[in-house]
Amino acid sequence: MLYIFAGFKKALFLIFHLNAEILEIIRLSLLVSMVATGMAIAIGLPLGSIIALKRFRWRKLVIALINTTMGLPPVVVGLMVSLFLFRNGPLGFLGWLYTAKGMILAQVIIATPIITGLCLASVQSVDPKLYQQVIALGANRWQALLIVFKEIKLSLLAAIVAGFGSIISEVGAVMMVGGNIKGQTRVLTTATVLETNMGNFDVAIALGLILFLLSFMVNAALTLIQQKKYD
Amino acid sequence: MMLRTDCIRWLILNYKSKEIALRKKLAVSLLVFLLGVSQALSFSFAGENKTIILATTTSVQDTGLLDLLVAGFQKKSGYTVKAIAVGTGQAMQLGQNGEADILWVHSPADERQFVKEGYGTARTTFMHNDFVVLGPKNDPAKIKGVKNIAEGFRRIATAKVLFVSRGDNSGTHKKEKKLWQAAGVTPDKEYYIEIGQGMAATVNVANEKLAYCLADRSTYLSLKKLLELVILFEGDEALFNRYSLILVNPEKYPKINAAGAKEFFAYLLSEDTKNMVENYGQDKFGQPLFYWDYK
Repeated sequence: MLYIFAGFKKALFLIFHLNAEILEIIRLSLLVSMVATGMAIAIGLPLGSIIALKRFRWRKLVIALINTTMGLPPVVVGLMVSLFLFRNGPLGFLGWLYTAKGMILAQVIIATPIITGLCLASVQSVDPKLYQQVIALGANRWQALLIVFKEIKLSLLAAIVAGFGSIISEVGAVMMVGGNIKGQTRVLTTATVLETNMGNFDVAIALGLILFLLSFMVNAALTLIQQKKYD
Repeated sequence: MMLRTDCIRWLILNYKSKEIALRKKLAVSLLVFLLGVSQALSFSFAGENKTIILATTTSVQDTGLLDLLVAGFQKKSGYTVKAIAVGTGQAMQLGQNGEADILWVHSPADERQFVKEGYGTARTTFMHNDFVVLGPKNDPAKIKGVKNIAEGFRRIATAKVLFVSRGDNSGTHKKEKKLWQAAGVTPDKEYYIEIGQGMAATVNVANEKLAYCLADRSTYLSLKKLLELVILFEGDEALFNRYSLILVNPEKYPKINAAGAKEFFAYLLSEDTKNMVENYGQDKFGQPLFYWDYK
């Protein structure tokens, strides 16, 4: 029991005396997760809306596929991305394996289905007549979509929160694709695994707490935006 | 219905009046996003052709020696080293597929095979430490004081005490399988568990279960403060753990960074490295974790 308290004590000390190495790990974690979330939003919101509003062949199959990929195991994504990015693999010419770019690619693959699926569901929850009527009133498609988005602002933010949460906390894919290289691809989750393996439980706890705090701050900011008009 | 249309008309008007502000907001967030992307991209463009991939073993990373040597070389040479710490089995597979430029591994028989098949050139043994058998203090299998490791393993099998194996085809795992073979016993699933993880994780599991395990001395020393397990057997010549460097043959795969690997190879065999290896662990454990044997 004692070592847990000792660990937390040391962890708090470390958090208040952040060294350059930990700061770099935090910077990279945030950078990778935020860029990946941004890209997933850029793909997921339009894609989800199109599938929700358009009628086309195989639509149900596409929706079933998206719902399935919402639960893609990150390690499988990591494995597939690694295999493609190996320098003798099909995408080897990019030179992305063991880089932040590769990690972002893997995380975009993990988060995009989540954001797409949740966006799809919330766009569908709006009365379809709204979209048609706005168009009938002379709005173009994008303006109409923006009005639909305004109606479901809350659910869209929830989708973004879910996407961000799924990748900031993810370890399997970034470990495989990034390689946990010190100063290059080491992020909070992989560093926590390494410190645990090295028996440095106090540092591991500190990294875990930092991850939790960062996640909390991002989510608190999003929640503030989300709940603004209800105050 | 009338009410609804009014409502929508209002929405559109409202939207148009806010359109400019909204566009500004969109532009700003897009800009921030692009900045993030460009930063992420520039970050790995830094050393595109100056990158060396080293495939090595978890035991080297977990002790912290790897970080030290890589940092020293990067500073001196301007190369960026991507050190991937996996088991020796996976490290050699990466080399065989041309996905690594240089290997730092410890499984001599496989290494010789690797070079013989033409996947590697210049194999050099350069440092060593040794394996120890860890177990609970009360030593239920009574292996303390046995004359050799084969006898020790036989006693573990006879007593059917729990034994935790790496089970990950790493150098340590291969060594352990060889030791069982030499002891003439096939461990039974009843008391033999394979966890498929790195060295430190294996020692930690054995510690939790008060089981026996084979560990390299460096990992044992770096975890010692947390362990209830003690060394029950050590010193047999069969427990020697030799680390080698192998250059992956660039003739097989043109994408291999042969020049960089060669420079790193030379650095790892240099006098500087020798000093770092010989002093590594002195301050923390009162004894070195690795011994140098390259002349």
